[in-house]
Amino acid sequence: MVEMTRPVAGRSGATRDLSAPVVEIRGICKAFPGVVANDDVSLAVFGGEVHCLLGENGAGKSTLMNILSGMYQPDAGSIMVDGQEVRIGSPRDALDLGIGTVYQHTTLIPVFTVLENLLLGQGRGLSMDQKGALAGLKKVAADLGVDVDPHVQAGRLALGQQQQVEIIKALWGGSRVLILDEPTSMLTPQGIVELERVLLQLKERGLAIIFITHKLHEALDVGDRVTVLRQGRVVGTLEPDTVHATPRPELQERIVGMMFGEEAAALAGVAEVRGQVTGRRARREISPEAVLELRGVSVEPQRGEVGIHDVSLIVRRGEILGVAGVDGNGQRELAEAIAGQRAIHRGDILLGGTSIRHASISARQRQGLRYVTDDRLGEGTVSSLSVAVNLVLKRIGDGPFWRRGLVREDAINECALGLVEGFDIKTPSVQTRCGTLSGGNIQKLLLARELSFEPKIVVYNKPTHGLDVKTTHVVRDRIRELAEKEYVSALLISTDLEELLDLCDRIAVLFRGRLTGVVENRVGAEWEVGRLMVGGESR
Amino acid sequence: MSNLLTSTFLAALISGGILAGMPLLLAGLGEMVSERAGVLNIGLEGMMLMGGYAGFVVALYSHSHWLGLFGGLLAGLVASTVMVIFCVRLGLDQIVVGIALLVTAEGITSVLQRAQFGTTYPRLDSMAALKIPVLSGIPALGESLFNQPLVVYVGLALVAVAHWVLRSTSMGLHLRAAGEKPQALDAAGVSVTATRSVALLVTGSLGGLGGAYMSIVGAGIFVPFMTHGAGFIGIVIAMLSRGRAVWVLIGAFLFGMSVSLSTALQLVGVNVPQDVVNMLPFVAVLVALVIFAREAYLPAALGSPYVRGSR
Ligand SMILES: Nc1ncnc2c1ncn2[C@@H]1O[C@H](COP(=O)(O)OP(=O)(O)OP(=O)(O)O)[C@@H](O)[C@H]1O
Ligand SMILES: [Mg+2]
Repeated sequence: MVEMTRPVAGRSGATRDLSAPVVEIRGICKAFPGVVANDDVSLAVFGGEVHCLLGENGAGKSTLMNILSGMYQPDAGSIMVDGQEVRIGSPRDALDLGIGTVYQHTTLIPVFTVLENLLLGQGRGLSMDQKGALAGLKKVAADLGVDVDPHVQAGRLALGQQQQVEIIKALWGGSRVLILDEPTSMLTPQGIVELERVLLQLKERGLAIIFITHKLHEALDVGDRVTVLRQGRVVGTLEPDTVHATPRPELQERIVGMMFGEEAAALAGVAEVRGQVTGRRARREISPEAVLELRGVSVEPQRGEVGIHDVSLIVRRGEILGVAGVDGNGQRELAEAIAGQRAIHRGDILLGGTSIRHASISARQRQGLRYVTDDRLGEGTVSSLSVAVNLVLKRIGDGPFWRRGLVREDAINECALGLVEGFDIKTPSVQTRCGTLSGGNIQKLLLARELSFEPKIVVYNKPTHGLDVKTTHVVRDRIRELAEKEYVSALLISTDLEELLDLCDRIAVLFRGRLTGVVENRVGAEWEVGRLMVGGESR
Repeated sequence: MSNLLTSTFLAALISGGILAGMPLLLAGLGEMVSERAGVLNIGLEGMMLMGGYAGFVVALYSHSHWLGLFGGLLAGLVASTVMVIFCVRLGLDQIVVGIALLVTAEGITSVLQRAQFGTTYPRLDSMAALKIPVLSGIPALGESLFNQPLVVYVGLALVAVAHWVLRSTSMGLHLRAAGEKPQALDAAGVSVTATRSVALLVTGSLGGLGGAYMSIVGAGIFVPFMTHGAGFIGIVIAMLSRGRAVWVLIGAFLFGMSVSLSTALQLVGVNVPQDVVNMLPFVAVLVALVIFAREAYLPAALGSPYVRGSR
């Protein structure tokens, strides 16, 4: 297993000719039933460079990367590696060519240890070189300056650490090209800084990196070259000279203009530039009427969780209460306890003054409580059902979609068409299988479903993760509008502090399953929240 | 009832348990392997019947028990290629194909048996036992545990082999990955199709061997439908074993002993009605399911076909 212990940069290195592209894509086309995902796409990726691939939800970024990593076969076009035309017929071929991928949806096996995850695909038959792999892991981890326990189950790691393992896995065996498909969408600000540091290091060593993100500031922090896709076509590429020489605001405006058309360029400033949050809420009057109240709620932790302990909070009518915290500090437990997906073992939950502690999930739904999960593939949608059915999934059996136990397709389709239009969900038709939508569009579907049918209070868990700038903007506006005009309260759980500062009236902080404080969202709130988020620890 | 724990009783219970438990062990072990790779093999019973019939015929004409067992293994292997083609390669529903396989196997073996032997049931000699020196001298247990046909020891060795392969080899790791998250295995550059195919062929071979053991070593004759749900009990054992070979062993013998309990009781003078006897293994299944079902861990991708790029 020589491969495993080989240094990260592998075959590349100082001797490489950096002026010729490592990978060149020429005229790639790929169509799915009802959509052209890639239409004559060409781009070149150079060693020692970070090539950012940007584009709205459903623009075809993941599709293109899946073609490079051997998961999809293109309908037309060619791929050159080191100037030679290659055929990438399977993921194996891509790995053999030195192309490593971190996919948009994780490929770690949660019940396997980190080491087992890394050993996948390394040996054949009866051999398994654990020792070599351990040594290799130690080396790669040290090279990257990260620290992971090889014997812990991958599912138990924080998302940030899982992401690091994914990257180590993609680099394993000496990749020269690294594809990262939205690696930051689930990371905390600290996690993102860490990742950027790692990327810069890999770049120094001559790796060619393709980086997909929806956050412009990240792209501009690490990117050397920027390509924008729109509806499957390349609308433009910014060369390194341009990227490095143009002032940031101008660059952002140009990119957003390329992504969504000129009229959208004004969105560039929206909550996208670090430390430049413009949407801070004006102070407004909020009625004292409590819609949701938690009294000393505790939830027993399941495997690898912290649970929640003695959490008390009040969400008033029309208020947006944020919940900040580093991921894995009890956010999901809190959300699921309120939604009724998890039993609480102490305390009480009141909805509009009456206890719902023993109410079923659907009873809570009927009382206007909604939950936007952060697990859009697992529990949010049924990927084998149509978009239309997924949109009315929580109304099964109710009128007007069902009558006397019979499905009324027309009513479902009509409603679905309205929602697809209203939330700008990109899908060939409402009959399309939900699983085939792009990641961001599945998220939009989830939001469309939960924000319809007269909600009273909505629990959001990372509502904008994986959404493009424009959609993020639309969703935030929608949350704000619901709160201000229709007095729909919101409990907004997010790891994105800027999002919280942008939307919330007050921000509560979760740390190790306890509520460590509630902060009014005014000037300076970010410092207070930041301090509470790390539990006052000096780190 | 004072003589319940006498050596006669124990010896009968254990040797009966081994006799009835061996096919369950072999089939259950095979099923466990395919389940870990993500394929629910409902056709296990059918593979056992094919193995039982083919093994019996080969043994009868070749006058060799060993050739018979090998023939049974091959028949199971051939039967499992049906699952490989339809479920793994073509991605059809595993349950539907499994049931079809079972029904077909029941039909084929009955018809062939009838055509070949009519209403006579030729009998094989019993297989020679291998007496392990010293150990077989242990009072009460020795005679029943260590005086068995060689194939029994082979079966026990297979438990150790399965345990080792699943835990400490690349092949085992890949098998488990195919059952947990096939797309992860694919992304790591290992063919999910090949991995699952191998797992199914192993299942078929072991199921066939288990069936052949039933007809050749256990009964010495072949009767249509003779497996009597053993395949399904094997599936239950595999599911309750949480993917551990050792638990398949324990489960198989507990079920085996539930079958031999009545014989053992009769030997010491307690009479049990035949109906109760026939019911026992299934009651045991129910009891085990009620008590342990919560503990069962099934691989995350069990039963779902994998097609690259579909989502
Ligand atoms: N396996 C598939 N079957 C059918 N349609 C697909 C499949 N994969 C992608 N598509 C379609 O191709 C289009 C592009 O999807 P893709 O996942 O590449 O978008 P994306 O740019 O990565 O978007 P996002 O930012 O939301 O992840 C979408 O309309 C999607 O519905
Ligand atoms: Mg994508």
